[in-house]
Formats: sequence, C-alpha cells, structure tokens
Amino acid sequence: MEYAVRVDVTLKRGIADPEGATIERALPALGFDSVHSVRTGKAFSLVVEADSEEGAREVAGSLATRLLSNPVIEDAAVSVAGVA
Amino acid sequence: MSLVGVVVFPGSNCEHDVVRALGALGGRAELVWHAETDLSGVDAIVLPGGFAHGDYLRPGALARFSPVMGAVAAFAEAGGPVLGICNGFQVLTEAGLLPGALQKNRGLTFLCQPATLVVASTHSALTRAAHVGDELVVPINHFSGSYVCDDATYLSLVEHDQIVLRYRDNPNGSRGDIAGIANEAGNVVGLMPHPERALDTLLGSADGRVLLEGFLAAADDAAARADLVAAP
Repeated sequence: MEYAVRVDVTLKRGIADPEGATIERALPALGFDSVHSVRTGKAFSLVVEADSEEGAREVAGSLATRLLSNPVIEDAAVSVAGVA
Repeated sequence: MSLVGVVVFPGSNCEHDVVRALGALGGRAELVWHAETDLSGVDAIVLPGGFAHGDYLRPGALARFSPVMGAVAAFAEAGGPVLGICNGFQVLTEAGLLPGALQKNRGLTFLCQPATLVVASTHSALTRAAHVGDELVVPINHFSGSYVCDDATYLSLVEHDQIVLRYRDNPNGSRGDIAGIANEAGNVVGLMPHPERALDTLLGSADGRVLLEGFLAAADDAAARADLVAAP
C-alpha cells in the first residue's frame, strides 16, 4: 500500500525564531491585531510504501528524525493522511 | 611533511583559499572530493566554507551523508585533527561530531564583516598556538551562524573547556558569544569565522595565522602517529 504522509518540522520551544518574530512584527501594519506567537517551520509531503499505516508512520518517523529535522533544535510531527 | 586534506563538497567555495593559506604558512594541503571514502594519506582534515549540497534542507544536513564523512568520523574518533570552517562547522554539528547547532542569525541578516574574537581556550587543534585572552580580527561571512544548544550542553562545554573562541561583540546572537568550539579531546574544532581570509595585514588582518599555524602543528603531530589512519 502507498500512504500519503505529512511531516511538520518546527523549532523547539525556547529556540529563537527570527523569521517568526519578523513576520509577527509585520502583522499590526496589516491589521491583524488579534494574531500573536508566530512560529515558522517546514512541511514535507511524502508517499511511503508500507504494509500498514503504522509501518508508514514508523518509516516516516525515522526519516524525520535522521534527516528532515535536526533534533537539537527542531521537533518533527508525522501524520498519515490516508492511502495515496 | 604532514598533508592536510581539504574536503570539497558540491557547493563548497572556500577550499582553494584554505589550500593557499596553508601553503603560504609552509604547510602542504590538497583537495579531496566528497565521494572519497579512504583518507589514509592525510594527517589532518579541513571541511571548508561554502554551501555544501546547496545548503538544502539545512546547512550541513545533506553533506553529513556524503561518502567521505564515514572516514572523517573515524579519523576524528581516532584523535586526528579535524577543522570545520563556517559551512564546515555546520556540517560537523549536523554529523554529531560537535555538539549543538547553528541557526539563522539574530536579525536575519547575512553578515560579511570583520569580527573581533577572544581566545577562550588553547585546548584545541586550532587555538593551541594562541594565548587565552588574545583578541583576533577574523572575517565572518554567514547567514546561519548563531550557535544554539541546550543548558546541559552549554554547561558541559564550559566544564570541559570546549569553548575556544568567543565574539567580543556578538554579531549573530550565538549563545555565550560562541564563535568556535572543540570536542572534549580538542582534536575536532569548528568555527564560523574564516581564518584563511586573515593572513595578511594588506588584506585587513593577519590574525588568522596563529590559528592555522596551530592547526598545521597539530597535523605534524598527527603525522608522527603511526596508528592514525583516516579509513572508514
């Protein structure tokens, strides 16, 4: 089976996010006064061949830890969207 | 005479500067393509600056998987001198050969300017010829040079005297003003500034000399060790 998988990589809490801070500073000028706590990250979409959804999640999780994120500064969240 | 291998990744761009700089100081250096897996002919290794593998994903994230990195890790483990400059420092942290990580600069600006560094430790293959407290003017040239690590790592760096260079005026938000660190043994060193670009007062500063001379001395020491072979 082929599973559509999404991996979201975000900076760990406490790690400075200068991009997020810069975006947040631009918000008042656009009238978005109700928005705060902006954090940036990366999203990856993958198709994983596996026997089960759990298997796909495991492969994507390993890939997320070893390559897609740097565990020193980033967290990775894996979600399986369903059969591709 | 010892031989320094300067690794060329696709996208490296400071490798020739490093070879020339080491040559100007009386050393011997040659380029090594990143697909090489056997580095048994060299006595020290430099990972130079640039944009290895385009810096895609994160600086150093893909270079870490280049075939040469197995030999680099084995060489480092055996105590061989390994120096990562700028992008090379990022590769060493991604590869886990040095702790912490390098994040985008505070202020999100690409910095290309002279930086004043203060020697914080001489317990490393890079700073062994300098003196603690020395102020060295060396250029920086980076976008992701802000050193980050957790509290436990920082305390460990301090405790084991692994912070080798600090910025006098922190330009990028690095934790503890860190410009360069070493591993616990002192043989693996990474720094964001470019000592190979500070060899002559005519070009702004000759303060990089004492650092690269120290590294060449470490290479000579390694050459005298028969057991040190950079093969995977």
